[in-house]
Amino acid sequence: MKPADAAITIEIRDLTMAYGSYVVMKEINAQVKRGSVFVIMGGSGCGKSTLLRHMIGLMRPVRGEVLYDGQSLWGMDDDARQRQRRKFGVLFQSGALWSSMTLAENVALPLGEYTDLSEGDIGDIVRLKLALVGLRGFEDFYPAEISGGMCKRAGLARAMALDPEILFFDEPSAGLDPISSRNLDHLILELRDSLGATLVVVTHELASIFEIADDSIFLDADAKTIGASGNPRDLLKHSTDPKVRAFLMRGGTSGTMPGPPAAS
Amino acid sequence: MAPQAPSLPGVSVQRRPPDGLLVTLSGNWRRMDRLPEMRGVQEAIEGVGAVAGRMAFDASGLEAWGSGLVAYVSKCHELCRQRGIEFEESSLPEGVRRLLSLANAVPAQQDARRVGARTPWLEYVGGRGIQTWAAAKAMVTFLGENAVALGKLLRGRAQFRWPDAFLVMQQCGPQALGIVALINFLVGLILAFVGAVGLRPFGASIFVADMVAIGTVREMGCLMTGIILCGRTGAAFAAQLGTMKVNQEISALQAFGISPVEFLVLPRMMALVLMMPLLCVFANAIALFGGFFVSITMLDMTATEYVTRTVEAITLKSFLLGIGKGSFFGFVVAYAGCLRGMQCGNNAAAVGEATTRAVVAGITAIIASDGVFAVICNALKL
Repeated sequence: MKPADAAITIEIRDLTMAYGSYVVMKEINAQVKRGSVFVIMGGSGCGKSTLLRHMIGLMRPVRGEVLYDGQSLWGMDDDARQRQRRKFGVLFQSGALWSSMTLAENVALPLGEYTDLSEGDIGDIVRLKLALVGLRGFEDFYPAEISGGMCKRAGLARAMALDPEILFFDEPSAGLDPISSRNLDHLILELRDSLGATLVVVTHELASIFEIADDSIFLDADAKTIGASGNPRDLLKHSTDPKVRAFLMRGGTSGTMPGPPAAS
Repeated sequence: MAPQAPSLPGVSVQRRPPDGLLVTLSGNWRRMDRLPEMRGVQEAIEGVGAVAGRMAFDASGLEAWGSGLVAYVSKCHELCRQRGIEFEESSLPEGVRRLLSLANAVPAQQDARRVGARTPWLEYVGGRGIQTWAAAKAMVTFLGENAVALGKLLRGRAQFRWPDAFLVMQQCGPQALGIVALINFLVGLILAFVGAVGLRPFGASIFVADMVAIGTVREMGCLMTGIILCGRTGAAFAAQLGTMKVNQEISALQAFGISPVEFLVLPRMMALVLMMPLLCVFANAIALFGGFFVSITMLDMTATEYVTRTVEAITLKSFLLGIGKGSFFGFVVAYAGCLRGMQCGNNAAAVGEATTRAVVAGITAIIASDGVFAVICNALKL
């Protein structure tokens, strides 16, 4: 089965997500272009992370499907799905580093499992990945010995270990200071530009959204489906949906881009 | 995305007069299998010797690249830096250049590197001694904290919630009835068989009832129940408190000025100390039934005979001794579980270790203290 449009790498088709009988979101349709930054935004608890878990294949959709290059993730057999997942890199909300391993071992694990690289080559790549996230010299530290922001960056180094085609980020800038958060945004763009990766980012950080997003969907918690989609800068200018406007303007009503956060 | 016939990543190094080096990169570097060795580049650099040179790249034959190439070029860069060779990155693909500068943007955390020095054995022994002393002090401190918390509870001033205590009681009491019943039934059965082997040659099979009764009520009932609860509830306490520690829930309690000992440990202690005697009574009854079952079905005894002998064999003293020991074992299990949970480190592995240590310490302490009880009872002719 060949993809209809080679530029589309991920397609979400009529997706309904539920925990038991509680429907989180329904009738979600979206397309992610290869090499773009796709942002999933929405208020807290609206199901952004749940959608991400469906895209990665950690949760099975109640209805609808997630297609990668035209192939449904849940229509594949187990082996094919494992191979597809190997093309993913996932950064979990708080890093999700394996606590019994050092940072270097965390990054080295997927390399050791899925490549034929020698120990030395793995060591070189691990050092490079940790250097890319600014953690050079912390190879032999355990996750418990470093700060939360560093854990997150180390988690990113691990997510990038296999040079994934698609990187998923769950709230990458949550819990980071503004400068680290901005640096992370730049790193995300750098990864897209230099390695040609497709990035799917779940976030509600407005600064990040305007900085990195090529395309986005806004999940509406009340309607339980997509409230708006498109480039967030265009949405800010043209969207008439009050919920989308309120979200993109931090609840304010002025039509300008959000400036530095004011005291609320 | 991969090319039809992926070619191997390749490197060749040429000298370029007067003192330059040209590193030609070719093939597909996106593949994650075998990266070329550094030796060629290294030898070429050593060939140039002390003469300060330049290193340039030719990437025109490059088909695709990934982190492997960046890692390789980064090593070349490092070599050049060490030997003072000029590194010309202008001929590298733009993405590689950007990643390279990103990787070099943050200097290595020099003081972060840990020193892996070996400790001399004397220092090791001393260190272990200090650790052991500190651990012993922590145990006594924890005991003291519990005593203080209990004192506050008795005066009605502890931050203690009865509903929490009842919930723990339900979890460690009624919900453990099934496993306690199964194990103790089997133990009663085994005691009866063992008794039969020893007593039958003397024609004293009737005393199997005495043996089962005394063995169960004085020892096996409380001992087996203690061990079951140690594996079941003590481990759960350690794992739960340990996970709360990892999630900073304990810190959150402390931040509100709530004593974790009063709020978390005391309900657990109370629950086990109060539930164990009841479980022991239940365990005794089931074990006696196990012995009864074997005796009347397989050892040719009548039910009346067995019951009469059992009632005669069990004294109030032995019964209370068993129950009292049970309560003490409950305290030991809760103490070990809560202490290890509260001492837990900050990660998943530490929770596992805390649980293991809680169970090992709990079972060891139960058996050891039971031995001490046996000696004391013998000395006091109880």
